[in-house]
Amino acid sequence: MLRYIIAFIMLTLPAMAEEVVLGLSKDEVAITTSFDGSDVLIFGAVKREAPIPEGDPLEVIITVSGPSEAVTVRRKEKRFGIWVNVDAVEIDEAPSFYAVATSAPLRDVLNDVEDLRYKISVPRAIRSVGAPMAVQDAGAFTQAIIRIRTKSDAYQLLENGVSVDAQTLFQTSIQLPAALTEGDYKTRIFLTRSGKVISDYETSIDVKKIGLERWLFTMSRENSLLYGLMSLAIAIAAGWGASAIFRVFRL
Amino acid sequence: MQIYLPIAEISVNAFLLLGLGGIVGILSGMFGVGGGFLMTPLLFFIGIPPAVAVATEANQIVASSFSGVLAHFKRKTVDLRMGTVLLIGGLVGAALGVVVFNYLKAQGQVDLLVKLCYVIFLGVIGGLMFIESLNAIRKTSKGATPKRKKHNWIHGLPFKMRFRVSGLYISVIPPLIVGVLVGILAAIMGVGGGFIMVPAMIYLLGMPTKVVVGTSLFQIIFVTAFTTMLHATTNFTVDIVLAVLLLVGGVFGAQIGTRIGVKMKAEQLRILLAIMVLAVCGKLAFDLLVMPSDVFSIAAGGH
Repeated sequence: MLRYIIAFIMLTLPAMAEEVVLGLSKDEVAITTSFDGSDVLIFGAVKREAPIPEGDPLEVIITVSGPSEAVTVRRKEKRFGIWVNVDAVEIDEAPSFYAVATSAPLRDVLNDVEDLRYKISVPRAIRSVGAPMAVQDAGAFTQAIIRIRTKSDAYQLLENGVSVDAQTLFQTSIQLPAALTEGDYKTRIFLTRSGKVISDYETSIDVKKIGLERWLFTMSRENSLLYGLMSLAIAIAAGWGASAIFRVFRL
Repeated sequence: MQIYLPIAEISVNAFLLLGLGGIVGILSGMFGVGGGFLMTPLLFFIGIPPAVAVATEANQIVASSFSGVLAHFKRKTVDLRMGTVLLIGGLVGAALGVVVFNYLKAQGQVDLLVKLCYVIFLGVIGGLMFIESLNAIRKTSKGATPKRKKHNWIHGLPFKMRFRVSGLYISVIPPLIVGVLVGILAAIMGVGGGFIMVPAMIYLLGMPTKVVVGTSLFQIIFVTAFTTMLHATTNFTVDIVLAVLLLVGGVFGAQIGTRIGVKMKAEQLRILLAIMVLAVCGKLAFDLLVMPSDVFSIAAGGH
């Protein structure tokens, strides 16, 4: 019976010429007290029923994106001789971390239409519904967030960062920075030929705090009164302790 | 040694934080200021999110002030009675300040107002203190004995009370008003208010500089403990790991600072505090006047 079901599913699925078989060096990143960034190796192979098609070679794009959140970008201008925030644009969704690794320059492996559809490049991954009418160049605000986050390695564009072997095996290494937020890091793999996406695959890397980090974080949210009192108790104890040490040694 | 902070969600160098805590602790013990106005910008600079920096800083100040106040208790340089009166005023002021702050926030541009407030306030206080203490130093070097007690309208007010440690017999109204005003400013500016309280006690109330430091620390403990609890229960932004790293340095620094402070002359202490206040003022004015390296800035959350 099972065999028939599988056969049925196989028949109804659109015939995929080339698809991804994936491996991750780790599908879980544990944030411990000594966490200082982490490298994730993403590797895989292209499974195909037919021989390698003629024409442009197969290219691979890999993206890793952290949990999205709304952010406000503000711009300063000089008014009456001092620099003040004059206007703000709210970006509805900006991933806290975003890395794109490609097997060749992004322009060559992906055309604009496909980028718009799959939201692959960094500017496309950020969603901004609309800036207030008063703001003249809303685009500058999106560029600003990309510029600032690229500087802190939160956004990475790794062109030629994926190595492809014989149009079948591919691998890349994504470096997760030390300032990492918890959550599901969506990992997507796209296979492209002449700028078009021919297959995509999605999985996720679970980034979470463990041990002491987990315990403190949970306590600060669920038992905030006790957490606050504990913070104060530590502060008072430390203050008294230092005083006692200095008294004992008669400093 | 890198340590990942659970609430700030960032990895930082532990020794750097210990060092920062130590330096701010020394200043705290010497001058009776909490040091939040110095530490908070430094924490921003390391990359700690502003909300976490402000809340955690409050917790660290509890520790260094407590450490400092114990050292002052031993030297009997804490005026508990005056501290309590100031504290009552301060808490009333803080409550009023929160109302004022929320009103200003609704009007927009609260950041700018706070910064302008800081620059003007620090500039005036720092400038006046600097001139006064410079004159005092000049006078003492000429051999004249400094006069402290002056009779003015403040001594004509009712509800007189004896503050033995400070050697004052004055009405409770001025300390209460000073407490309220400092409380309001502290709440608006988001700091403990030590650097406003200390000059106010010296110049408005005429307290001796030595007693001022300990008394200021005494009331700062309560104000910052209250702030810590408020942040911990409403914003969940107190990072206990960050606090511990900062306060280990801070408590030892405060002990050292107190010892340095006691050995110094009152005028020297005042002039150093004046220079520090002016430096912070200069830095803020600089930020307002000079083009920032990036005119864009990112803040979490929409509105």
